[in-house]
Amino acid sequence: MCTYVTEKIALDGAGKGGSGWFTVREGLVYVDHPYHACHEHTVNIDFTNPDEGPSARVAVELTEESALALIEAIQKALALAPPGLASARRPGS
Amino acid sequence: MSDAMWAGTVAITGNEGAELEAYLARPLDDRPRAGVVVIHHMPGYDEATKEIVRRFAANGYAAICPNLYSREGAGVSPDDQAAAARAKGGVPDEQVVGDIAGASEYLNSLDHANGRIGVIGYCSGGRQSFLAACSLDIDAAVDCYGAFVVNDPPAEFPLKVKSLLSKAPDLSCPLLGLFGAEDSHPGPEEVAVLSSQMDKLSKEHEFHTFPDAGHGFFSTDRPAYRPAAAVEGWKKIFAFFGHHLAA
Repeated sequence: MCTYVTEKIALDGAGKGGSGWFTVREGLVYVDHPYHACHEHTVNIDFTNPDEGPSARVAVELTEESALALIEAIQKALALAPPGLASARRPGS
Repeated sequence: MSDAMWAGTVAITGNEGAELEAYLARPLDDRPRAGVVVIHHMPGYDEATKEIVRRFAANGYAAICPNLYSREGAGVSPDDQAAAARAKGGVPDEQVVGDIAGASEYLNSLDHANGRIGVIGYCSGGRQSFLAACSLDIDAAVDCYGAFVVNDPPAEFPLKVKSLLSKAPDLSCPLLGLFGAEDSHPGPEEVAVLSSQMDKLSKEHEFHTFPDAGHGFFSTDRPAYRPAAAVEGWKKIFAFFGHHLAA
């Protein structure tokens, strides 16, 4: 089914798309038909910068298992690093 | 009849004079022929849809697929255009109707056009095919598993569309509906409601629900592809257009 449901979050970082690096401002997460992955449905994540147009996009299409493993890996990596090391609010960063 | 064709990208005029990218395929012979507007699915103006356009040309029709996401920017890849359109909650119905009207006019302006137009759409395009048939003067319409023709989208869906049932009295042409028994959008109960509404309004229609098939069974590049349903479905489509689009 086409769910159309989209979770939108503000992001701060950078991504490399089809035309090179760009500043990532927004993330869109949805569970729907993929464009490319060979599955009926996937967890689709778009890292975008609406100010730079539709081509400023890094797209990934993951199975549910992969998406959950990714969340766990991000949490583990952050837990192993000194607290706040990658924070935008870190003093002197 | 020669089976040679021309296929490629053309520019057409869509809603409110907007220039749209479109993919056209037409036979090279000089026999009179009808036009078919192919409406792409929600993932956009992709290779699989262009293949469908060429299939119609190989069967004697001039066929065109307007890129309904053209406004997301020229030179932007179709998947990025689709993502941008999705983030905005899809394209407005009035705009789609104007774009399909522009595509129909383009087909009727081509040499050897017999003046008859069919529309066919898949997934969200199935709904838009029904919408076009209720809004424009069309000769035959095919709805392939279009969701939200009968029911409104669930409240949590950001999609800016509504049920089209109230437009059904304006349906201008015969309707062929092709559905999967295992689909949930539209589910069999929605198909039954639409069929009974067509009966009530005395609208000519022919619905087929294929077993062992769900949403997207025509999509040869996706796991949803079901050869038995798709092969039979294509037969129904060509029989339907052959009957209703002959001059």
